[in-house]
Amino acid sequence: MSTIRRTPNGLAILHPYRVTPTRMAFQIGPLSAALLCFGSVMVASSAWSQTAPTALSPLEVIAKWAPLLLKGFAFNIAISLLAMLLGTIAGLWLGLALLSEIRIVGGISWFVTQVFRNAPWLVLLFFVMFLVPFQLTLFKTTIPLPDWQKATVGFALPVMANVAEVVRGAVRSIPSTQWEAAESLSFTRRQTMWLIILPQCVKRMLPPWMNIYSLVTMSTVLASIVGVSEMLTLTAQVHAAEGGRPELFAPLYGFALLCFFLYCYPINLWTAHLERRFQVN
Amino acid sequence: MEAIRNWFQELYDKTGLNFSVFYDAYDWNRYVGGLKMTLFLSVTTILLSLVIGAAGALVQGGRSKMARIAVNAFVVAFRNTPPLVQLFFFYFGLGTLMPAIESGGMRVPLLNNIQWAIISLSLFAGAFNVEIFRSGIEAVPRTTIEAAEALGYTRFKAYIYIVLPLAIRVCLPALNNNLVNLLKTTTLAYAIAVPETLYAVKQIWSESQNVLEMMIVLLATYGILVGVLVWLMHRWERAMHIPGYGR
Repeated sequence: MSTIRRTPNGLAILHPYRVTPTRMAFQIGPLSAALLCFGSVMVASSAWSQTAPTALSPLEVIAKWAPLLLKGFAFNIAISLLAMLLGTIAGLWLGLALLSEIRIVGGISWFVTQVFRNAPWLVLLFFVMFLVPFQLTLFKTTIPLPDWQKATVGFALPVMANVAEVVRGAVRSIPSTQWEAAESLSFTRRQTMWLIILPQCVKRMLPPWMNIYSLVTMSTVLASIVGVSEMLTLTAQVHAAEGGRPELFAPLYGFALLCFFLYCYPINLWTAHLERRFQVN
Repeated sequence: MEAIRNWFQELYDKTGLNFSVFYDAYDWNRYVGGLKMTLFLSVTTILLSLVIGAAGALVQGGRSKMARIAVNAFVVAFRNTPPLVQLFFFYFGLGTLMPAIESGGMRVPLLNNIQWAIISLSLFAGAFNVEIFRSGIEAVPRTTIEAAEALGYTRFKAYIYIVLPLAIRVCLPALNNNLVNLLKTTTLAYAIAVPETLYAVKQIWSESQNVLEMMIVLLATYGILVGVLVWLMHRWERAMHIPGYGR
């Protein structure tokens, strides 16, 4: 591509490496986009109206069930937001524990981070779903724990480990002169961390944090495997309700893909934008 | 072997910790079968995704605008959608539309669940690899490519012999991350009943009623698998290191 940069002096030295996300470089005008949509709808509906006069065409099926499926999608988003909230709070503390000067605290938190970072998300989900009871009894009051809440905790665990690594990396990337300067102003270690170091970290933690969020959102569909009725479960149920016709699979799952794409792609673009803006050289 | 078996049998008798895989031959075989399937899935998808990544990055640097747009669309689409839905889309959506073949009087689908899992997971990881390789290629200075051209290399040969070897070296850490991620993503094949480790372990714990013990085995298994992969990648990184290039 023509974006290969020239070194000022033209020496054969490798440029600094940074993964830059792909973006769609072309744009479709509103008119041609409308024509494209209209055309594909016409072709699809005419093809289906010829084959099966009584059965609904895939587009009609999606239109009919879209409110339900979108409600399921909203549930996915809710789970992802909640898991992100829980995971971020826990991850911040775990990250600080990773940086602890007490060796045993550092060691234990390192182990916890490694376990939850290296285990597959699905395995962690199973871990929580099967090992946490369906209700808790505390002081004779019974708190029911529905599946979706357990799934949320299951997603929060890997988030916690990933956020902890992000926090650790960000704190490490702050120049040590900041620590020294704070020390010379007689700040304690805790004050330095909370008042000087962490506020500076927020900016550099934001892009990787948003990447993690995008990952969580895409992982929430795993909850369908353990029986939470989110979008993918509903999609399978809608498919069964429409008579289980095999040709409906592709449009229905395609619709789910589209929903996630429309939600995650803007986040991805925004992350890339922030990364460029905050880039530290 | 016998000693290990006896020890775990004793552990069960004394403490009730039922690590059935380590003393029960039937469970052990099932577990090993699952492990083999996970390894098979991982190795094939890693190799395929590397090929997809290298080919995609070559096309992205190519002259054809249409091909570039197509690769960009592929990367953007696979990066921003859940891999599980991709897997379902391929296996249920495309799998049922594919023609079936006659085999011994039975109609069997053209591609079975294992093959669909390999295709889907490779495309998913391949999309990330395209990005990683492209960024690596962008780090190779233009002057190096010009020097190769001056020596009479064609674009393709220069890519294979000059650009890619340098690009791979700089993008190894990022590639490492993605391949670890791919290894973890192979668990999704569970959803379409590919008998990999998670599937096998779940069968074991439903029959032997030892969820906690098998869960520990499962976490340890993936911890070790990821550890081995990271160790191999680091060794590869060290072996490929050229003094003066990168750190």
